Amino acid sequence: MFTIYKKELYSYLSSLVAYITIGIFLVVLGLFLWVFPDTSILDYGYASLDSLFSTVPYLFMFLIPAITMRSLAEEKREGTFELLATRPLTDWQIVFGKYLASLTLVLFALIPTLVYYISVYQLGVVKGNIDTGAVIGSYMGLFLLGGAFVALGIFSSALTKNQIIAFAIAVFLCFFAFSGFDSASQILSLQKFDDLLLNIGINEHYESISRGVLDTRDLIYFLCFITFFLLLTKTILGGRKW
Amino acid sequence: MSIKVDTLSKVYGTQKAVDAISFEASAGKILGFLGPNGAGKSTTMKMLTCYLPASAGKAMVCGFDIASQSLEVRKNIGYLPESNPLYHEMYVKEFLYFVGNTYHLKNLKQRVEEVIAATGLGIEQHKKIGQLSKGYKQRVGLAQAIIHDPKVLILDEPTSGLDPNQLIEIRKLIKELGKTKTVILSTHIMQEVEAICDEVIIINKGKIVANHSLKGLLAEHQQNSLEPIFVKLTKD
Repeated sequence: MFTIYKKELYSYLSSLVAYITIGIFLVVLGLFLWVFPDTSILDYGYASLDSLFSTVPYLFMFLIPAITMRSLAEEKREGTFELLATRPLTDWQIVFGKYLASLTLVLFALIPTLVYYISVYQLGVVKGNIDTGAVIGSYMGLFLLGGAFVALGIFSSALTKNQIIAFAIAVFLCFFAFSGFDSASQILSLQKFDDLLLNIGINEHYESISRGVLDTRDLIYFLCFITFFLLLTKTILGGRKW
Repeated sequence: MSIKVDTLSKVYGTQKAVDAISFEASAGKILGFLGPNGAGKSTTMKMLTCYLPASAGKAMVCGFDIASQSLEVRKNIGYLPESNPLYHEMYVKEFLYFVGNTYHLKNLKQRVEEVIAATGLGIEQHKKIGQLSKGYKQRVGLAQAIIHDPKVLILDEPTSGLDPNQLIEIRKLIKELGKTKTVILSTHIMQEVEAICDEVIIINKGKIVANHSLKGLLAEHQQNSLEPIFVKLTKD
């Protein structure tokens, strides 16, 4: 598994894909947080990173599918999956190695945003007037959210040989899993199940963690979500139907 | 017997790609696997390398069952797939190190140097795989198949697309490897079979139509070359 992880990470880092997608992610995020007045921290007037944590999930919906779209689709198209599958590696090791490599890239994308925390920390009227606990919680929430999106992205990539289709499916799945269930719970005829629907969606759990309280229920939710989609991915690959 | 195949079948939907074939192969011999396109050669090889699950039947490689002991089987097999898929953006050495690592080889550095020397990759070893010519890519494919010194080698059309000089070199290498290992190779070139194979299996529409030593097969049909035999057996 570690071999696959290393190979994947190297191939991301030796191609431009990683740098460009992460670069664009950071530029767009910077624009949203400091330049565009609607979401600007400066215009908001409070020492808080709320707009960061509400913007990043939507950027992740595009960033993460862009990172994961090639992971399995390309192996299938080029036939190199045959090379991997005839080694003494289980399908699970292949899937999980690839998953971890993509997740590492998401972490690389998140780390530079710590600069914003430091900036806001310094900018407060009373220096350090920021709720650090909530920020830590929110970062954990973002990381888990990233983990869930990567699982969806890898799953989409296993569905098809075509990277563009993998990207489109992943964007849709991420969007739907994040806010689709919330919106669905507001449909009048589904009011009876609104609690259940809210709980299936990612947003509910993400917000819960963002408050700074790491509830085991939320943690278990994310772990189950990730495991479920990685298992589906493994099952699809096991069929070898392409 | 290092390879023992017993009524192995593969069904795709309603089509029987491989229909209950049985054969054996042992170390020190090179087995030529012949047949028209679509006869089921590649499918059989993919089942033996545990890439595709078999629909029915059994096969043992080095005493391990392909269905239940697939990891052990894969440790003992070196496989060169038909289209020779490779990571084009990787460097030759980087790729060989990666492949070696999947087998947890201990003397990896030494093995990489050995296979580079054995396959004649020396002058091209610092290039990216994508920059290599077809012949050299084929050598990289062969190098990754033998890096862990497997007992069984399965080569799916190893000489397709090579120029005559490369052909001679690669055949020499395969022949050398065949002295100690079990080698199964598929090809469409009859002269190649005559040049390097000890045993011949001809497969047509998923069924074995001939399984004999090369000499035995020629004698049985009273021919000097394989071509008329192949045509006769696979015409319909």
